[in-house]
Amino acid sequence: MTTRTMQFKIYRYDPDRDDKPYMQDISVEVDATDRKLLDAMVKLKAKDDTLSFRRSCREGVCGSDALNINGRNGLACLTDLRDLTGTVVLRPLPGLPVIRDLIVDMTQFFKQYHSIKPYLINNDPPPETERLQTPEERDELNGVYECILCACCSTSCPSFWWNPDKFVGPAGLLQAYRFIADTRDQATSERLDNLEDPYRLFRCHTIMNCVDVCPKGLNPTRAIGKIKDMMVRRVI
Amino acid sequence: MKVTKRTFDAVIVGAGGAGLRAALQLAESGLKTAVITKVFPTRSHTVAAQGGVAASLGNSEEDHWHWHMYDTVKGSDWLGDQDSIEFMCRKANEVVIELEHYGMPFDRTDAGKIYQRPFGGHMSNFGEKPVRRSCAAADRTGHAMLHALYQRNVRANTQFFVEWMALDLIRDAEGEVLGVTALEMETGEIVAFQSKATIFATGGAGRIYYSSTNAFINTGDGLGMAARAGIPLEDMEFWQFHPTGVAGAGVLITEGVRGEGGILRNSAGERFMERYAPNAKDLASRDVVSRAMTTEINEGRGCGPHKDFVLLDITHLDPKVIMQRLPGIREISIQFAGADPIKEPIPVVPTAHYQMGGIPTNYHGQVVAPRGNSMSVAVPGFYAAGECACASVHGANRLGTNSLLDLLVFGKSAGETAVEDVKKSTKAHKALPQEAIDRTLARLARLDTQKDGADAHQTRLTLQRTMQNHCGVFRFADKLKEGVTKILEVQQDVQRVAIKDKSKVFNTARIEAIELENLIEVAVSTMISAEARKESRGAHVRDDAPDTAEHPNGRDDDNWLKHSLWFKEGNRLDYKSVKLTPLTVDTIELKKRAY
Repeated sequence: MTTRTMQFKIYRYDPDRDDKPYMQDISVEVDATDRKLLDAMVKLKAKDDTLSFRRSCREGVCGSDALNINGRNGLACLTDLRDLTGTVVLRPLPGLPVIRDLIVDMTQFFKQYHSIKPYLINNDPPPETERLQTPEERDELNGVYECILCACCSTSCPSFWWNPDKFVGPAGLLQAYRFIADTRDQATSERLDNLEDPYRLFRCHTIMNCVDVCPKGLNPTRAIGKIKDMMVRRVI
Repeated sequence: MKVTKRTFDAVIVGAGGAGLRAALQLAESGLKTAVITKVFPTRSHTVAAQGGVAASLGNSEEDHWHWHMYDTVKGSDWLGDQDSIEFMCRKANEVVIELEHYGMPFDRTDAGKIYQRPFGGHMSNFGEKPVRRSCAAADRTGHAMLHALYQRNVRANTQFFVEWMALDLIRDAEGEVLGVTALEMETGEIVAFQSKATIFATGGAGRIYYSSTNAFINTGDGLGMAARAGIPLEDMEFWQFHPTGVAGAGVLITEGVRGEGGILRNSAGERFMERYAPNAKDLASRDVVSRAMTTEINEGRGCGPHKDFVLLDITHLDPKVIMQRLPGIREISIQFAGADPIKEPIPVVPTAHYQMGGIPTNYHGQVVAPRGNSMSVAVPGFYAAGECACASVHGANRLGTNSLLDLLVFGKSAGETAVEDVKKSTKAHKALPQEAIDRTLARLARLDTQKDGADAHQTRLTLQRTMQNHCGVFRFADKLKEGVTKILEVQQDVQRVAIKDKSKVFNTARIEAIELENLIEVAVSTMISAEARKESRGAHVRDDAPDTAEHPNGRDDDNWLKHSLWFKEGNRLDYKSVKLTPLTVDTIELKKRAY
């Protein structure tokens, strides 16, 4: 079986042990059965069990293993090893506090997600059967509901870096639109009020890093644009 | 080491589908509840479920819960408890409609109702022909469901302890469960969670196998904790191998692909399922399809240079159907098989997927164990739901889409029962037994001080390879015997695993070592229960129990129509009878299983 040696430079910081962060040089042998970056990272961890990162489903649906790979945010489990040549530089997602190594504190990210009331609001008494929705109405949720909350988008957004406490960020805004777009939801006006503020929505300057990095191919910028349109239309 | 105590009315361990569904019952009750989870809730493995959740809504054609019940009993090869199965199938419509009301983005029919697709083993009119029973959100049903349940919990203000690893059940001398100990990963702090009701929703342990569809986190933590606390594990020999894992990668390809018209082909291009299941063909039950595929491969009709996989073909489907109903599968196939299924078939092999057995419960979600003359007495204060539990609705083989249904129905009933029990109780919290907490601390201290021990990574690999080679799709008497010896050797190594990382902060090496201590309990219980069951039934098929006139399919109802119970202490096995009497309808009588 053909093997090759991969070189890594990895951001390391254990507050229990290290005064300050450093970049660790480490290499690992990978073979044909190792297809994704996560496979190589699991092998690295077998070599050095202090290397810390999150991972779970290894198929791009749980959103655990987002990190900064050669300067670009992505999921380790969906990053093909064949696309990585030379020394691979791994850093934690930018803009969030580091807990340890590649593990960031996502409190602020989830706080913004929770701030848009990410749940269906419908105050009518629930019917005996499902609430009806046409296939076309349901199609509006495609490209929106699939978000895995990995934070690749928000942590690649300069507006989120500067104002993580005030700007909802692309992930949260995508979800805000998911509920606005749902014909079963009755709180559109309340949801728009919630975003009517110089920061929460309008800090998006359509830089579109979010679209560029989303591992699920979603388009937060388009969703944000639709919310902005609705804001304008309701003023008129 | 200092242990802080925190007191709640109820503690739920696990925040996948079952834990989140139970949490909603608790939230509505006003009881003070903690949900402890080792990963952020939407990272739980429910997120990876694809094809759908079963309910006889009849949105596209006639259906009935009684037909669903028949299919589930037959699918279980009559090892499922018929009272629990009736309960689940009758409740299906209610829990699925509730989920829709929570905001779950189901696909829709032209009439605006929930879209339903056919699935393996689900038939109309007591086994006649495939029926559309699987309620689906494209091929991302688990993701849509888990997020909808989490979102509903955000609305309900559920209190989560995220990235806390539960360590041990706290059980006193009378056998009452009084809570759990848990470790906060970020700080390394240990807390004893005292509670009147402890609900386990910790998921499965598919990581006992080398090749598995399961996430890294599926390490059977609840089962390990229960076994250490003296609770038996039920029917652990029954493991589902999903027919369609991506060859080499293990990633799941939903049965919904075959529900939408996908066909399995061997190296000759033959639709071989026609020979094994003339009626249901590619939509036969999972154990039947996995064995057929393995037989094709063993007899030299596999594909590829090593003839070690078969092909799942959807190239004849309209690309629009693939984009609309199976977009996630297309992504997975391109990512992990390098094949765009619109143009070429997907290489697949049977892959370890689901644990039918688990912590024994009744349909109320109460954990039950032998006591005195009875084999099933509720353990006070202890409840379980979802894959970690064995109600038992799946018996010897689970039908696809019944796992998402299981976690909704039993998550809810475990929550309801816990609420009733806590509200009925007038007693104050009992004192926590120090010995129970000391045992946990001793385990952690051993990990911190162990020198020149076994390597965690290597030990885990040996465990997984032993299970894969000795307890797979087909089982052999001599391999099982050898497997028991080997897995007990692995157990010795687990007890002396050493880690280099001693940090208090987010020590994932420590977490993985703790997970390995849980994984080994599941592996040992599986191997020992499998070696002992001298018949073939459902997913457990042995070479020394072949298909004969006296024992069709190798099933031996005279001697083996019973649930296995494995006890950690002394690796003892006991057995209890299968509940053949449903709640309101007639028993579904035993007969030979064929599709």
